[in-house]
Amino acid sequence: MQHELIIAGFGGQGVLSMGKILAYSGLTEGKEVAWYPSYGPEQRGGTANVTVILSDERISSPVLNEYDIAVVLNQPSLDKFEKTVKKDGILLYDSSAITRKPSRKDIRIFEMNAFNTANGEGLGKVFNMMVLGGVLKVVPMVKLENVLAGLKKSIPERHHKYLPMNEKAILRGMELIQEITN
Amino acid sequence: MRQGFTCLLNNSMAEIKLLKGNEAIAHAAIRYGADGYFGYPITPQSEIMETLMDEQPWETTGMVVLQAESEVAAINMVYGGAACGKRVLTSSSSPGISLKQEGISYLAGTELPALIVNVMRGGPGLGTIQPSQADYFQAVKGGGHGDYRVITLAPASVQEMADYVALGFDLAFKYRNPAMILADGVIGQLMEKVELAPQKLRRTEAEIRKECPWAALGRPAGRQPNIHTSLELDSTVWEQYNIRFQAKYKAIEANEVRYEELYCDDAGYLIVAFGAAARISQKVVEIARKEGIKVGLFRPITLWPYPSKRLNSYKNKVKSILTVELNAGQMVEDVKLAVDCQIPVTYFGRMGGIIPTPQEVYNALKKIVNP
Repeated sequence: MQHELIIAGFGGQGVLSMGKILAYSGLTEGKEVAWYPSYGPEQRGGTANVTVILSDERISSPVLNEYDIAVVLNQPSLDKFEKTVKKDGILLYDSSAITRKPSRKDIRIFEMNAFNTANGEGLGKVFNMMVLGGVLKVVPMVKLENVLAGLKKSIPERHHKYLPMNEKAILRGMELIQEITN
Repeated sequence: MRQGFTCLLNNSMAEIKLLKGNEAIAHAAIRYGADGYFGYPITPQSEIMETLMDEQPWETTGMVVLQAESEVAAINMVYGGAACGKRVLTSSSSPGISLKQEGISYLAGTELPALIVNVMRGGPGLGTIQPSQADYFQAVKGGGHGDYRVITLAPASVQEMADYVALGFDLAFKYRNPAMILADGVIGQLMEKVELAPQKLRRTEAEIRKECPWAALGRPAGRQPNIHTSLELDSTVWEQYNIRFQAKYKAIEANEVRYEELYCDDAGYLIVAFGAAARISQKVVEIARKEGIKVGLFRPITLWPYPSKRLNSYKNKVKSILTVELNAGQMVEDVKLAVDCQIPVTYFGRMGGIIPTPQEVYNALKKIVNP
């Protein structure tokens, strides 16, 4: 089994760290993982993206032109990556950042209002974990307990007091996610 | 430099970690028992020195980590450390590696072992910070002046980034020759699972004296001074040195060729690629095999010495060869030489920091399958 994801949004939204936590979670489950970021100047305020691959076998290319799952957190990312989702693949977006809705009919589309919900419920800092919750609800590619273990590994010890808040955001994200029917 | 010591070593076990290629280089250097790192920051390899600074190996193994005032200073610190028999390394990216070329030529001319890491970005000039493989010629055909060779290892995974630190040092000391890890921005920035080797102790000065009798560590009574220089005004003497260097290079070519073959047994076509281009090509091979195209991937691991003999054996087995490179077509020349130009060899690549997608490479492959 192999999952090829692209996660894209503005720099600072936690796109790269969301991918990292997913990769750590995969590692905890004994999977092969690859995490490849866009590392250009666009990370500073512009559009950032990261490719994450979880697989049961040796991973070939970390550079892809189509994905099983695209997670997009802003309009430029939707414009760029909607067309890169494989047929019957999954597109997931945060509705607060989207002005033009996706138009493809040959993929499954999911929406969540994570940004506004996270800020309204005091979870603004863990907005990306809320999105991750949504992703995992749609495709449970790693177990929640391993995400929490992965989270623990990927953030410094001084921030471990925020682990419960992260878990709360993941669970809330799982409630928020909705499939859009065309 | 400080002596190796044993306290505070808590890395005695092999360990699985999730690391960037650059971070793996840093961890592997500490665990190998390297004595010193000298560098100057440049994207996309700055995590090497950042990780070393984070790990603070001077508190544990006694390894020196120093940000030099420039790339030229860093390679000359390496030159000095190497002359003392120390295991020393430097790293940079393309423009910085150009600056180090004089030092690398001097290391070769004095037959000193050192490890140089190049995480390539798009050139020429300051170019771009995005991944490239355009320093192939520079690494394997000279780079600096004079008739010399640098043992050149091309990692295609984070695991290999870690492994080739040890291999690079081993080969450098075995042959008293500089060795280079020629990686690209993709492998430097990519994060994967990696198993780190157990911590080795740094060698004591007594051990260095025994293993490297040539090391300039102070002259004991009754021994001639160990002098390291690449200057010799008597050309008859210097030609003899050159003859000895060439004999050493022949030995390296005979003994140290490394490569990987995937799906090559029944292949009618071959893709030849290294580093990130090999990873992309592996995906292309998987896609093509599903479409019924019998294509294999030949991945040179040592770019010098080049696996020419092994590639030559394919000239009667495959119809044609496609080389895939993140440059304008450099390694393709060595592939043509390897097969004596007896079968068609074509090139596909992108330049200036653009990474070809699997689809683009697949399209290029289709062109040679259905010309």
